[in-house]
Amino acid sequence: MTIDTNGGMDTKVAAALGSGPRPQPASAVSSSLTFGWRALLKIKHVPEQLFDVTMFPIMFTLMFTFIFGGAIAGSPKEYLPYLAPGILVQTVVMITMYTAMTINNDIEKGVFDRIRSLPVWRPSLLVGSLLGDTLRYTMASSIIIVVTLLLGYRPAGGVSGVVAAIALLLVFCFSVSWIWTLLGFKLRTPNAVMGVSMMVLFPLTFLSNVFVAPSTMPDVLESVVKVNPVTVLVDAARSLMDGTPDGGAIVTVLIMSGVLVAVFGPLTMRVFANKT
Amino acid sequence: MTSYAIETHGLARAFGSTRAVDGVDLQVPVGGVYGVLGPNGAGKTTTIRMLATLLKPTGGTAVVLGHDVVAEAATVRAKVAMTGQFASLDEDLTGTENLVMLGRLYGFSWAQARERSAELLEAFDLTEAAGRQVKKYSGGMRRRIDIAGSIVVRPELMFLDEPTTGLDPRSRNQVWDIVRALVSAGTTVLLTTQYLDEADQLADRIAVIDRGKVIAEGTSGELKASVGSGALHVRVADPALRDEAIRLLESALSGEADRGSDPASITMRVADPAGVPAALARLRDHGIATTEFSLGQPSLDEVFLALTGEHVHDDQEVPA
Repeated sequence: MTIDTNGGMDTKVAAALGSGPRPQPASAVSSSLTFGWRALLKIKHVPEQLFDVTMFPIMFTLMFTFIFGGAIAGSPKEYLPYLAPGILVQTVVMITMYTAMTINNDIEKGVFDRIRSLPVWRPSLLVGSLLGDTLRYTMASSIIIVVTLLLGYRPAGGVSGVVAAIALLLVFCFSVSWIWTLLGFKLRTPNAVMGVSMMVLFPLTFLSNVFVAPSTMPDVLESVVKVNPVTVLVDAARSLMDGTPDGGAIVTVLIMSGVLVAVFGPLTMRVFANKT
Repeated sequence: MTSYAIETHGLARAFGSTRAVDGVDLQVPVGGVYGVLGPNGAGKTTTIRMLATLLKPTGGTAVVLGHDVVAEAATVRAKVAMTGQFASLDEDLTGTENLVMLGRLYGFSWAQARERSAELLEAFDLTEAAGRQVKKYSGGMRRRIDIAGSIVVRPELMFLDEPTTGLDPRSRNQVWDIVRALVSAGTTVLLTTQYLDEADQLADRIAVIDRGKVIAEGTSGELKASVGSGALHVRVADPALRDEAIRLLESALSGEADRGSDPASITMRVADPAGVPAALARLRDHGIATTEFSLGQPSLDEVFLALTGEHVHDDQEVPA
């Protein structure tokens, strides 16, 4: 053949192969941070994925405040102290499912196999994506707080109360994420992940005290709502933001988080190590 | 120390009741290219995934570069790289970002990773596309960046899973050049392909697999000899004369002809290509006009027909 089809690619590739040092494999911390960096890049390149994190919270807060505020609390403004902590919890708990979506996508696209064929500490992929998720939760929390402040919400607990509530929420969501990583591995397609997580998350967040006091509900429902972990979390967040910390609820949330990690952490790791 | 890059004995993998790989014995020498040839669903990808420690075998053993793929998986991973349909880069990230990420994971500093990424992009003619998301790359660029990602640190053994499937001829030639460059730099390459032509061009030795088993192994010359050295394709001008043409060709070339679904076409495996001109002359002497004739390499289908007595079956690829 007389046409040069490759511009001497073979010699250039051969040169690139020969050069360069052979480094020591990356440490666990360094590979986890690298995957965290990847999560940030993905947010930068696919800003659509932030849509749920930014638009939904704003929409929900506005809708519930103005539609139900008058009926439930007399006026939208009087409803806000009750609603703000609830909607904060609901929004962030809802977006924990993206952990499962991310992992499932990586598996489906083959990125997961590529990464598993590298000589790195394998769980760093999970740790890195959880770092990215935490950023997402923080962003969503900040948006809710800003929107409710604009609507006239003045939390009695002040800055420290709000920060403490968000911190508690992040701890809980980080723990819940381990359930989603497990589901991300177990379910076959991102659509299945979406379906299952909606089935879990809608009852979990609506059958709670996010919007109305459980005492207004029928007895059977009230007893269900009272044992819902989200109810406990909302109680704890509300108490912190109201400046009257409820020690019992806070400790219960921390214990629940610990149990979630203790159960689903090792389970996820086992599935991860034995994946196919 | 073993003299083989890869050695497997009775390697098997079942998915439920499906035996995707059913007792594969391979001896892949160090250096050069080893081709694994087979149709979709033959078990090629499953075999590669087991060798690259991505999938645990359900039977048999596999030793890669002297290390067992199950017991010493981490050691194997440090020495091999994998590129293919099932081991891909992150499509949402740019070419540079993907390579920098891989560089970091291999243990480079940020500065070193950036430098290495630029060097590789330049070598693979991707500098212009460096800042574009990988999902916007063309098929050929995509395959090149995939391979570039596998040589951030030069592997001793590289698995290439169908590296040219779906590529245009120019991109395919580029990938072939890259494979040759890898080999000349001392990397052993295990390549799966559906194309006999590709195995013939690149591979020193070829294993033909079908339904999870190795059905033939050898150099491309040895395989072709077992199939007949070529295939004669003839189209007659008048389909009514095809049967007579077949009779003439069969007696002239002492072989058996295949009737294609096209009523004018004849395909015949030929042991001795030297007899072909005389055979075609006999058709002319009997007044049978031909619109087309060619003597070519046996196709994968013909290799399979010769080795298994069956045409390539088009099963679904086993999900892995």
